[in-house]
Amino acid sequence: MSGIALYATDVIALARKDLRLELRARDTLPAMLLFVLSTLAVFHFALPAGTDRDAAYGLLWIAIIFTALLGLARAWAPEREGGALDGLVLAPCDRSAIWLGKSLATLAFLGAAELVAVPAFALFFAPVDLVAVAGVALASIGICAVGSLLAAMAAASRGREVILPLLFLPLAIPLVVGGVGAGISPNGATYLSFLGLYDLVFAILAWATFEYVVTE
Amino acid sequence: MTTAPGHAIVGESVEKRYGRKRALRGVSFTLPRQGFLLVTGPNGSGKTTLLRLLVGLAVPTKGNLSVEGERSALGYVGHEPLLYRELTAFENLDLFGRLYRVPERRERSGMLLERFGLWEVRADRVSTFSRGMTQRLALCRALLHDPALVVLDEPFTALDEDGSALLDRELAAMSGERTVVLSTHDPGRVASLATHRLVLA
Repeated sequence: MSGIALYATDVIALARKDLRLELRARDTLPAMLLFVLSTLAVFHFALPAGTDRDAAYGLLWIAIIFTALLGLARAWAPEREGGALDGLVLAPCDRSAIWLGKSLATLAFLGAAELVAVPAFALFFAPVDLVAVAGVALASIGICAVGSLLAAMAAASRGREVILPLLFLPLAIPLVVGGVGAGISPNGATYLSFLGLYDLVFAILAWATFEYVVTE
Repeated sequence: MTTAPGHAIVGESVEKRYGRKRALRGVSFTLPRQGFLLVTGPNGSGKTTLLRLLVGLAVPTKGNLSVEGERSALGYVGHEPLLYRELTAFENLDLFGRLYRVPERRERSGMLLERFGLWEVRADRVSTFSRGMTQRLALCRALLHDPALVVLDEPFTALDEDGSALLDRELAAMSGERTVVLSTHDPGRVASLATHRLVLA
């Protein structure tokens, strides 16, 4: 098997392992679904009728970002218990495959939450067009690429519950700007390009630096 | 990593600090290929730190430590099992076997589970295992890829009499075949196998 094919099988095996763990433990996805739905419901009842559509898009992104944070906070929990991350780090596979597998699994969970969140948003607030959906999809890639790296950093520290939001939220600001822009701006394509560029740059950075995060 | 010819491990004044705390002070030693190094010392003397340095989970603050071979040639049992608690015994070995590129990993996993008395519980989640069973599975994981260097940090911990006797036999089989580094509080148990000793103070 070629190097790329081996790398791909490692990534798939690692991501599949996370999906299998979640299917058994069910301690991340249900919490994300419940959180995103209840947040949007609370916003719906908290805001006065006839709230501006542009402002409502901001609320969708608050819900998405904090739902993602909930998933990211749990992302490395299986590796923390029992020291499994050391086991992965010692394996001869490329260490970036560990990050990519985790990012893909987190993306699957976030995608599932968004499959509920976007229709709920359309129901409670305003219709969502294709450009806005593309914005959600592109921003989710960035959230998971950056978030998985930062969550691995936070997982190694004692104050992980505090450190993860402190690291992640500032880096998520461009994603919120791009996501909201894609939803409300007449030049949505520009914001999609911006999100694509963010994804590319930060995915490469995370891919290249993950090894240094999980080793001394 | 490169070592002097014939040596599997060469350590020169190896020191490790965590902040201001010195976890390991200036240790020098060598171990030839197929040698058996017994590491002893009281609690807090740096045994675990030294073993983590050997496998590359930590790097020395000072000194040089060279270990022959790649990551794929290294099997490690630490204080933690390095396993997924919500995967079954077989799924754990299958995952690590894939990552270690073990040929015929399912057959090899099955053979190890049989050898370590875990075949009957292969489909059970690790979270349902006793500490001793988890330790046996950790040993299976460490030996899965047939490593040339085996590093064992207090491997008798949590093992019952049967488990300890099984590990005695495994260590005897490894002796002279693989390079072994083992830390223990019960040096008498493996004294006859050890070719080298390192006492940390």
